[in-house]
Amino acid sequence: MALENLFGLVKERWKPTTSEATEKENTEAVKGTAAESEAPVVPVAPSFKCPRCMQTTPSDTFEKNLWVCPSCNFHSRISAIDRLRIFVDKGTFIEFDKTMTSLNPIEFPGYDEKTEALRKKTGLSDAILTGTASIHNIPFVLGVMDSNFLMASMGSVVGEKITRAFEYAGENGLPMILFSASGGARMQEGIISLMQMAKTSAAAARYSEAGGLFISILTDPTTGGVEASFASLGDIIIAEPKVLIGFAGRRVIEGTIKQHLPEDFQSAEFQLEHGFVDMIVERKTMRKTLRHILRLHGFGGVKNVG
Amino acid sequence: MSAKNAWDCLQIIRNKNRPTVENYIPLLFDEFYELHGDRHFGDDKALKGGIASFEGKPVTVLAQVKGRNLNENKNTNFAMPHPEGYRKAMRLALQAEKFRRPVICFIDTPGAFCGIDAEKRGQGEAIAQSLYLFSQLKTPVISVILGEGGSGGALALAVCDRLAMLENAVYSVISPRGAASILWKDAAKEKDAAEVLKITAPDCKSFGIIEEIIAEPIGGAHNSPSDTAENIKAYISNSLRDVTKLDTDELLAARYKKFRKIGIYSE
Repeated sequence: MALENLFGLVKERWKPTTSEATEKENTEAVKGTAAESEAPVVPVAPSFKCPRCMQTTPSDTFEKNLWVCPSCNFHSRISAIDRLRIFVDKGTFIEFDKTMTSLNPIEFPGYDEKTEALRKKTGLSDAILTGTASIHNIPFVLGVMDSNFLMASMGSVVGEKITRAFEYAGENGLPMILFSASGGARMQEGIISLMQMAKTSAAAARYSEAGGLFISILTDPTTGGVEASFASLGDIIIAEPKVLIGFAGRRVIEGTIKQHLPEDFQSAEFQLEHGFVDMIVERKTMRKTLRHILRLHGFGGVKNVG
Repeated sequence: MSAKNAWDCLQIIRNKNRPTVENYIPLLFDEFYELHGDRHFGDDKALKGGIASFEGKPVTVLAQVKGRNLNENKNTNFAMPHPEGYRKAMRLALQAEKFRRPVICFIDTPGAFCGIDAEKRGQGEAIAQSLYLFSQLKTPVISVILGEGGSGGALALAVCDRLAMLENAVYSVISPRGAASILWKDAAKEKDAAEVLKITAPDCKSFGIIEEIIAEPIGGAHNSPSDTAENIKAYISNSLRDVTKLDTDELLAARYKKFRKIGIYSE
């Protein structure tokens, strides 16, 4: 039943993306984000070719399957807006810092133009949406990274938004759920971007020391400076099946060792086997899992024992 | 003296006679005792730890160790730590907190090691935990970048109360070579990338990333390791005097604020 609802939600998104009816059903916040730049135009490919198993799936089957490869269960990349539509209670997302955009701190050639074009193309202000939302009426603070925006690299905006989200969660006694996806630190912001690793980790540390619950969800890809900072600091770390999780880039390692790496290197399953994620959870059961974990920590009606 | 460009700095820090932390330790500390191992996996020679006396007071020393020749570099893995190196650093940092002695970190690394074993043992997790731990450590942390401050591998020892760079040191989110190969698909354009990335000590000071620039002798630290050591010593001494005035709450609040304010955006 729950699953059918999910499919319904997703179908809805794919019907008339720009129609009044769809827009009205979205939350104010989501609407603001999506609608500001005349709704992100998602080019509908005739089919999806899985980068893991190379199987081709008709796009409507793929969509119905929540953008998961039906052949090998690879959980492919999805936009932050789609994630919100799949995982949070309808109409509950209230976005923080909607208008925060990057500047060009080291005057990196072409950076302004690149971010400007991406803002237009994706309808996002940068590579993350943060805010409050709920699952089965359990409220929490949420961050969702979007790999469509410069591979969701972390610069000043991503760092500041995550830091503020942790601070807000701490001040309001709310749990924190963060869907990570990132190529790492944002090279175009130079040393300032490296400092975002320290800033977000310090915010996560403060929140944790104060007793906050942080559920970190690793999606495709979670690498580099994001894997090496807040994303690895969850009390509970969940990964989507088959996604890429690691510190160093595959090509960098292959260049060092001069040999080809096995296919499953740095997969979610590899990280589970080596003890760096708690569990692998499929997209279709993520909502239920999050609800249960929140309840086990005393949110949503179940009291902590003792 | 006019400001050097990033490429000049890179030539100076790549000089084969550039002093490493092995040269500085005897000039800065008395009674240095190296402490080995992370108690879980092994002892990483790329990241050295120990206890010592600085101006008569006990301190914990953590340092990335560059070699001065190929053999030394093989031994220390060109100062690129594995996860167990960062876990040793965390163990010794907690020990410093327990015995209420400051931690002095020397940074000199191209970056954390990128390899299969490093991934299997959680390189990213080890760095993330370091950032967490040092941001909360209830004892003063003073860091110095001696030469190369390479990305997350350097940052793991740079979450501190005072950070300085030697005059010719660089601090960067990505190596100029790496940036060149991403930007222009040509690692040979390293020189251009080095300038674009703004990695010199004056750049970092202008961004508020570091507190001080430590002067080197004309031509670079290799022209007089002992003079350079004197300058490093003065910086550590002054920094310790300043931060030990703060109680633990003030210290941690100031450390949080130091990083909290870094970020350039519009809203």
